[in-house]
Amino acid sequence: MPEGTLCNKNPIETDETLKTLLSDTGGKQYYKEMKSLDVDSRLLWETIEKTCKSRIRTWLKICAHCGMCADSCFFYRINNRDPRQVPAYKIQSTLGEIIRRKGKVDNEFMWMAMETAWAKCTCCNRCGLYCPHGIDTGIMFGYLRGLLYQQGFVPWELKIGAGMHRVYHAQMDVTDEDFVETFTWMAEEYEEDYPGLTVPVDKVGADIMYTVNAREVKHYPEDLAEAAILFHLAGENWTIPSKGWEQTSLAMFAGDWGACKIQVDSVYDAMERLKPKRMVGTECGHAHRATVVEGPYWAGRKDGRPPAESIHYVEWLAEALRTGKLKIDPSKRIKEPVTLQDSCNYVRNHGLKEITREIISYIVEPGYFIDMAPNREHNYCCGGGGGFNGIGLYRTQRNKALITKRDQILNTGAKLVLAPCHNCWDAIRDLEEEYKIGIRWSFLKPLLINMVEVPEHLKAKK
Amino acid sequence: MYDFLTGPGLWLSIGICIIGLFVRGVIYIKGLNWQLDRVAYTAHPKAGIKGAARSIFFWILPFGTRSWRTQPFMTLLFFVFHTGAIGIPLFLTAHNMMLMENFGFSFASMNQVAADILSWGVIISAVFLATRRLVLPEVRILTTAYDYLILFLSVAPFITGLLCRYELGNYSFWLIVHILSGEILLVSIPFTKLSHILLFFLSRAQLGMDFGIKRGGMKGKGMTW
Repeated sequence: MPEGTLCNKNPIETDETLKTLLSDTGGKQYYKEMKSLDVDSRLLWETIEKTCKSRIRTWLKICAHCGMCADSCFFYRINNRDPRQVPAYKIQSTLGEIIRRKGKVDNEFMWMAMETAWAKCTCCNRCGLYCPHGIDTGIMFGYLRGLLYQQGFVPWELKIGAGMHRVYHAQMDVTDEDFVETFTWMAEEYEEDYPGLTVPVDKVGADIMYTVNAREVKHYPEDLAEAAILFHLAGENWTIPSKGWEQTSLAMFAGDWGACKIQVDSVYDAMERLKPKRMVGTECGHAHRATVVEGPYWAGRKDGRPPAESIHYVEWLAEALRTGKLKIDPSKRIKEPVTLQDSCNYVRNHGLKEITREIISYIVEPGYFIDMAPNREHNYCCGGGGGFNGIGLYRTQRNKALITKRDQILNTGAKLVLAPCHNCWDAIRDLEEEYKIGIRWSFLKPLLINMVEVPEHLKAKK
Repeated sequence: MYDFLTGPGLWLSIGICIIGLFVRGVIYIKGLNWQLDRVAYTAHPKAGIKGAARSIFFWILPFGTRSWRTQPFMTLLFFVFHTGAIGIPLFLTAHNMMLMENFGFSFASMNQVAADILSWGVIISAVFLATRRLVLPEVRILTTAYDYLILFLSVAPFITGLLCRYELGNYSFWLIVHILSGEILLVSIPFTKLSHILLFFLSRAQLGMDFGIKRGGMKGKGMTW
């Protein structure tokens, strides 16, 4: 069977097809159809010829096969140093092989490539820091994901995720109305405690345009309220866009570059429309990577920058604490062993390694912070990055992948893990569920809410 | 034969090597694409140059990166091998004499003790590099016959060179084999993985620019990519 009704090479463009695919619980029918999905070798090779240029081709060709990348990969380490988990081997046996065969690969090969691309690499880019030639295997896996997506070999959840971005301009079926309503409703809930708390919608020329992760709207609306309260207490001139508020991109995990562009264009349109001084994104790693780091290229922006200066939540928070816009009540600082999860997407891949530690210097009593080893740009992926958390088909592999982070946390002795990244937060929650090591984990916002001093003029009258 | 190899043969092999590498370099740079690579190469020249320079500098510095530091034995092999592989061809007295005769210029010459140490260093480290390929599963799985061929091509001039140096066996025979193996090596550089002589720098510069321009070079400090 060349193309299935659920599993095929077409991107999801309508709500109807999206709902149909969603109703196929666990992707049972989807994966069944994938078993007989044809590979369009001509299209595959044409795409490679058009898009695989000297950087990736050179990487594949000059790889010295030295194996220095092996130990940098957490998959290799937790899978009993299985040589099939060496980054160079994983990419050579998939993308390298597709190129050597000029795209003439079969269905079975594509299944193997799909598992390698989504269950043996989280695109954390750590191996790129350990290769003498500067070969970044994570980038090549991102590219491979694009080729696999184009051929219809993509995990069910990510096909849906990419479709969500195409239909809803969000990673979940959250409409623009849902977003604005939820945000304003959450602020109203707290208005009594914080008089004057409002959510300015579509305010032109604000200092900050705030963008979020759609699941905050759908599952964690408290996060929206906390963001509003902290901006309010800091006296920020801020706004949310009624359109273009979603910062994440499951399309990036899926390798659906068309959807990546659609998504990021929607946010950039909001910037052009509202002309904020800066955009601040929520505590999410891949959202920052997608909208701030990679997004400009999908949108065709030659300077590699979004239309307005865009920063991660941790950058804003550090600045607010540094400048005294937010003040911490010293008696409420964290006084228990605490550690920090460095997110690959904005630490290794965007240099923000000291800013989170600056925040810690304000909110943790000296002597209580214990760094993981290794840390900063050398930290390991949480175990669930690159979409891995959400793929049911590879849950066993994912749970095993969490062991690295579990052991890193255990070695610190900390009982509280700061995780200013949605993916990391999820992975740490799941590792606690799976391995029960007795830890708590948190974003920064909920902790801050409990320790910031409310300025006299903003206090609720009793 | 000797006259050919030290005359036109030398010209030809050096010419093919230099022109070939130049072409490889041009093809590489022309094949870079800001949108496909997602790196705004030309938009931020200062950050790009800084990133590229840092990336090259720390990787050619022994133990200059965390990767080198975490694998000290491999690092030792790597630097011993490459120091000899670059130092001997360029700075051996006999090579410089040949350069002077043919091209009218020469590089500084090193003394014989240093030359001996470097040459033996290349051979011993090559033995370990080959052994590593056979013994370590994570390297064995990647290794192909081509990798051994490359290693052999690189080491052959050193083995034959030392045979001449110690005048073991028939000197003039080994001298011809030595020059021939050296010229085969020169010719194969642009067409094989040995092109990394140039592409190492370009590839490192590319990743350095990627991180320097896009992935945090303007935000983080002291990060070596």
